[in-house]
Amino acid sequence: MMSRSDRRTTSRGRLTRRALLAGAAGAIGAAAVAPVSGQQAIETTRRPGRGPSEIDQRSPFVTPRRAPSATSSRTPLQDLRGTITPADLHFERHHGGVPEIDPTRYELLIHGLVQRPTLFGLADLKRFPSTSRICFLECSGNLRRGGPDTLPQMVCGLTSQTEWTGVMLSTLLDEVGAGSDATWFLAEGQDAAVMTRSIPMEKAFDDAMVVYAQNGDALMPGNGYPVRLLLPGWEGNSSVKWLRRIELADRPFMTREETSKYTDPLGDGSTVRQFSFVMDARSIITDPAYPRVIEPGWHEIRGLAWSGRGRITRVDVSTDGGASWHAADLQAPVLPKAHVRFRYLWHWTGGPGEIMSRATDETGYVQPTWDALREVRGPRTRYHQNPITSWTVGSDGRVLFGAERLRS
Amino acid sequence: MIGTDARVLGRVVPAATLAITMLGLSITGGRVSVTYAQATPPQRASSTALPDTFGFGRPATPDAIAKLDIDVMPDGTGLPPGSGTVADGAQTWGRFCRGCHGPEGEGGSAAPLVGHDPSGRPLTVGNHWPYATTLYDYINRAMPRTAPGTLTPDQVYGLAAWILAKNEIIADDAVMNAETLPAVVMPALGRFVPDDRRGGPEVR
Repeated sequence: MMSRSDRRTTSRGRLTRRALLAGAAGAIGAAAVAPVSGQQAIETTRRPGRGPSEIDQRSPFVTPRRAPSATSSRTPLQDLRGTITPADLHFERHHGGVPEIDPTRYELLIHGLVQRPTLFGLADLKRFPSTSRICFLECSGNLRRGGPDTLPQMVCGLTSQTEWTGVMLSTLLDEVGAGSDATWFLAEGQDAAVMTRSIPMEKAFDDAMVVYAQNGDALMPGNGYPVRLLLPGWEGNSSVKWLRRIELADRPFMTREETSKYTDPLGDGSTVRQFSFVMDARSIITDPAYPRVIEPGWHEIRGLAWSGRGRITRVDVSTDGGASWHAADLQAPVLPKAHVRFRYLWHWTGGPGEIMSRATDETGYVQPTWDALREVRGPRTRYHQNPITSWTVGSDGRVLFGAERLRS
Repeated sequence: MIGTDARVLGRVVPAATLAITMLGLSITGGRVSVTYAQATPPQRASSTALPDTFGFGRPATPDAIAKLDIDVMPDGTGLPPGSGTVADGAQTWGRFCRGCHGPEGEGGSAAPLVGHDPSGRPLTVGNHWPYATTLYDYINRAMPRTAPGTLTPDQVYGLAAWILAKNEIIADDAVMNAETLPAVVMPALGRFVPDDRRGGPEVR
């Protein structure tokens, strides 16, 4: 109930919004403010809102944030509802920080086994026939095995999706006269790590792009402004940002990133998998997920699935810890090498449960369990971990990360 | 405007394509680009025949290439003149490297570089680096962390020598240069195998 002192009124005798809110909050405690039905819907009509602006900002009530560490920042998967990642929430992974590059002084050098070594300015690249493509980009180190209080963002927030625009790398290679003896090319960044990766020429003539736009806008600095390589479906590190040089050769260069890093020691204890570029199929339920507390009744289980080998053909959802599986709906369009939304309507009756998702792609690959991955790869593979993950639902409705499934 | 276009397009393009174009970026003057990337990769412009060359960009002179072409390959291609001893490397290590990688290369805030455990615990130059030339390439391009690209060739050769000697791969009196560094056979050389994942039902 409102106290006498809360009964502040306007000159027209009505209760002010502040008084109403304070009274309501006092009645149910400080944890929540009960809505006064219809009041706000009237209030915002009583005065003109702000005018147009040069650039919009999110509502002050909406504050999605990446989770940064010293070397990366993770996309808040639990806060997003579609498949396109807003550019300012795209994950980052850098090896030498974000360089500030003046586009008027930027040039891309293509040389090596080519007929015409050439320097392309940003304006040159934009003059070539352009292509746009929606695809995901995922760091191959994208798994964190945290405790029960782990957000989707922290489990695998090193994946994001963008409509990229640029020029096909094959167009540039035709322009410089790529030699038929070239089998690999080096991609080199102009960051402080001078990032380098060797890429097979097959990828160059398949779907590799040199991109300058992210969701229609210029690339964000953390994603390679002004120009980056884009290798759809392949581990993010190979899509070299701040691209300054491409050198064609007849063998790989064996850079640090493709030898001592981004390689996979296997279970036999002696061999190491190298040039493991493709991101295997994967999925994660992004809602309900930690830290939500749900009520009995209907819930739409929602999440993302993707494969670096092509289209997702099926996502199965289990609500009983994998004892039974049910086909989820896939939201069209289902694009190759792209995040797709899946959803499954679930009636939770209140008992303890465990919800999980399992992706299948067009090659017939089925997202494995953690135990299955460990069995074939042993305990020391660090990259390309794409296990089925789960969320447990307690009788109290608390949703927690199924950390036990990744325990072994 | 887009609504009008979409109705027009709705009669002539498949639903999936329409859904993509409705993301709003490939509608130009009421015409949809049917070469849109998602349809059938690989994607080349198809509205007109491509010219042999567009003539964009400018020729890269040998000088312009040399300025940026810093990579070093396993056979030594790209290594500059110069040389360094293990003792030279110890000095440079003390100045630029030990703060992060530890006094003996055992690691610190940065990764360990010295270690011989053949099972790869931890992963080091001694058990996980297949080519000695990668040391030159990486140190020269990216180290030291706070001032990358500032070491002289002699300093980089010296650091490569020191790291290799600490890992007991070369002798303490060895000299590293453009001839000797590519000749070093690394313990991990035979360990690397190509990716054998191919999609399909088998998990690898």
